[in-house]
Amino acid sequence: MNTLARRLAGAALLSAGLSFGLAATPVLADTPKDTLVMAWQFDDIVTLDPGEIFELSGAEYGAQVYDRLIRFDVNDVSKIHGQVAESWTVSDDGRTFTFTIRDGIKFHSGNPLTAEDVAYSLQRAVKMNKGPAFILTQFGLTPENVDQKVRATDPRTLVFETDKTYAPTFVLYCLTADVSGVVDAKLVKSKEVNGDFGAAFLKANSAGSGPFVLRQWKASELLSLEANANYWGGAPAVKRVLIRHIAEPATQRLLLEKGDVDVARNLKPEQFEPLRGNDKIRIVQAPKGTLYYFGLNQKNEVLAKPDVRKAFKYAVDYDGMAKTIMNGLGTVHQAFLPKGFLGALEENPYTYDPAKAKELLKQAGYPDGITVTMDVRNTSPSMDMAQAIQGSAAAAGITVKLLPADGKQVVTKYRARNHEALLYQWGADYQDPNTNADTFAANPDNADDAKAKPLSWRNAWDIPELTKKTAAAVEERDTAKRAAMYQELQREVLETSPFVIMFQQTEVIAERSNVEGLVWGPSFDSNYYWKVSKK
Amino acid sequence: MPGRRHAIRGAGLLVSVALTVLGLLLVTFLIGRVVPIDPVISVVGDRVSADTYARVRQELGLDLPLWQQFLRYVGDVLQGDFGTSVLTSRPVLEDILRVFPATLELATAALVVGVLLGIPAGVMAAVHRGRWPDHLIRVIGLIGHSIPIFWLGLMALLVFYARLDWAPGPGRVDVFYEGLVDPVTGIITVDALLAGESDVFWNALHHLVLPAGILGLYSVAYIARMTRSFMLDQLRQEYITTARVKGMSEARVIWRHALGNIAVPLTTVVALSYASLLEGSVLTETVFAWPGLGLYITNSLLSADMNAVLGGTLVVGAVFIGLNLLSDLLYRLLDPRAR
Repeated sequence: MNTLARRLAGAALLSAGLSFGLAATPVLADTPKDTLVMAWQFDDIVTLDPGEIFELSGAEYGAQVYDRLIRFDVNDVSKIHGQVAESWTVSDDGRTFTFTIRDGIKFHSGNPLTAEDVAYSLQRAVKMNKGPAFILTQFGLTPENVDQKVRATDPRTLVFETDKTYAPTFVLYCLTADVSGVVDAKLVKSKEVNGDFGAAFLKANSAGSGPFVLRQWKASELLSLEANANYWGGAPAVKRVLIRHIAEPATQRLLLEKGDVDVARNLKPEQFEPLRGNDKIRIVQAPKGTLYYFGLNQKNEVLAKPDVRKAFKYAVDYDGMAKTIMNGLGTVHQAFLPKGFLGALEENPYTYDPAKAKELLKQAGYPDGITVTMDVRNTSPSMDMAQAIQGSAAAAGITVKLLPADGKQVVTKYRARNHEALLYQWGADYQDPNTNADTFAANPDNADDAKAKPLSWRNAWDIPELTKKTAAAVEERDTAKRAAMYQELQREVLETSPFVIMFQQTEVIAERSNVEGLVWGPSFDSNYYWKVSKK
Repeated sequence: MPGRRHAIRGAGLLVSVALTVLGLLLVTFLIGRVVPIDPVISVVGDRVSADTYARVRQELGLDLPLWQQFLRYVGDVLQGDFGTSVLTSRPVLEDILRVFPATLELATAALVVGVLLGIPAGVMAAVHRGRWPDHLIRVIGLIGHSIPIFWLGLMALLVFYARLDWAPGPGRVDVFYEGLVDPVTGIITVDALLAGESDVFWNALHHLVLPAGILGLYSVAYIARMTRSFMLDQLRQEYITTARVKGMSEARVIWRHALGNIAVPLTTVVALSYASLLEGSVLTETVFAWPGLGLYITNSLLSADMNAVLGGTLVVGAVFIGLNLLSDLLYRLLDPRAR
């Protein structure tokens, strides 16, 4: 850990040095006009196969290279429009969705895109059964029945059948996810090795129809895309997009200021705040569907007392953090549905009130306060939040002992339910409210060997009633009623849950001001480079 | 029977190398298993169904007893199979061959810096022992050894790249040249020369200056310190006095006689600092976005990508052992007393 301490010290010294000001020396941006160059930490990418992608950076890659059946509007998430599909109908019983596929789309290979390709792509994802498969299998699709349930009845018609009647919006939002990216069936089948559905090939190659083609991927090093000049929606204005993995935010800032990159994706407040006055650089903020929260393990008899749970909600200085460490990185948000989702509650009932927290602890039988450990990921901003909570909770009679560790280590411990308090983040898997209701407000089986491990299970919160309500909400076909159901669920979770939800993440992007047309949506797979141009 | 004695010595050496490598493997393997990270999560992520989780666990062979897992791994390695990396989903050996040249290039350039500056500095310090050049060199060495390389690297970027524009930014070549030259050796400067791309060659060389200079500073300190003490040792010897009495020029005494006599132990020092440069470049690689082995192992470790970590460790270990052997052999060849 010595090196980490050194790094932190180094970073602190550096930012101190930087704040003395890099005098704005005029430099000529020297990236080629027809190439967009981006500095980004994309070391989470492990695969480029839309049937397997389940990482944020990977999802963003998929959005540039593959067209999907349908998409949601990034400016108004309540609107869904077709992409490969030009229209669709839903049967009266709500179990059959029939999509008409746009005519004349061609894959990068030149093969025509038909309903067969769409069917194959969805079948393939279900049969491969990798990370994102559940987004489709929750509709009763299995490797055995998917060929009957998802089928092309002719080259331009795709039928998608569910096992029960669900809210149509639920089904449609799930079909806007990365996993419905359409792959070139002919090409992928020709690359199949021992019945792997071409997975080995697609892990590091592309077979899509989107605005960009994969040119080269070197894990944690370089991701290079080439424009698809024949894109059916219109060719991109740039010829290439080069993305370099630059792990160090300070290094990203230097590259951006010098004009050696056009976009920097991982700047922290100490890097982007000083850039606000620079007319060569534009800071863009996009709210994303990720929440920062901490959970309290209900296996711990102290934390299982309702008053203690509530005390924690008053022991966090939400506004203080929002003004300092989370400035530009997140906004205060306490309900489990992020802003931008159907039915999201915008009320934040809890404020920092150490006296009230003390009072609640006293009622629970702890007049002298309590002590808990908190596991936390040793990266910013998680670590900064944990330290701030440690400070504010101390004044409320709660002594917090921090246990920082690597992210995967924290998750491993979480899944074993060996924590007391644990601070982490939760990102939505798809754009429907069920994605979060299913994890914060449903726990079908609280046994240690349960199959499903939603966040409620991980904190051993046994909630049969809420679980029923969550299940009812996905079957409600009236959208207004459905939204009301989610609002009720959120209020209950706010009131009684062992979750202290604090912030909704904001993605901060720093662009050179001559870059135009990049779209930063509410999820990483709705970030688009298609319309980008450089003046 | 001198031949036989050599054969026995050689065999003993081989056995000790094999045992060292096996020990290295075992320790790394065990560390990889006690790291409290679930490797299955690294592969499938945190939100898969229980069935998929169980299936992948079995595919990774994690349901076997520990000793069986280890034997299986050693067996595979002996056949040249280091397994597949979770992060890059490619064979680990292929990954290492791809990233190692970058580290080799950086460390070699840093070593050149270290030798060219370190040896003369050490000699100067010894000759002017206790006077200002000696103190100056000692202070510089101390600074070079105690400032965090991470901070120094960032500062160097800030000054020479951002402010003065004397050096190019992070990475091995400018974006403009990215992917222009097909990797043959993986060492960009060499590849560019092979392809006859002089622009790329000069660009890559410029990119090498800062990181190699910063990394080299650390070996300068070590090499200078060792050279100084070897030299002091020699300058006290009678033959030096004799040479001076005979009227040989001071420069000749120092640079020919004394330095010639410490060439052998210096070779060992240089070989060892080369080894430490090869494994010690992690932070430099981070700051300069230099995709080498150090960065690869760090990334792999943080993702519990055990095959990659073991493979990488094995390579570093093998290089270390190899360089040690080499300096040993050189010592025997060059030093008449060791024959």
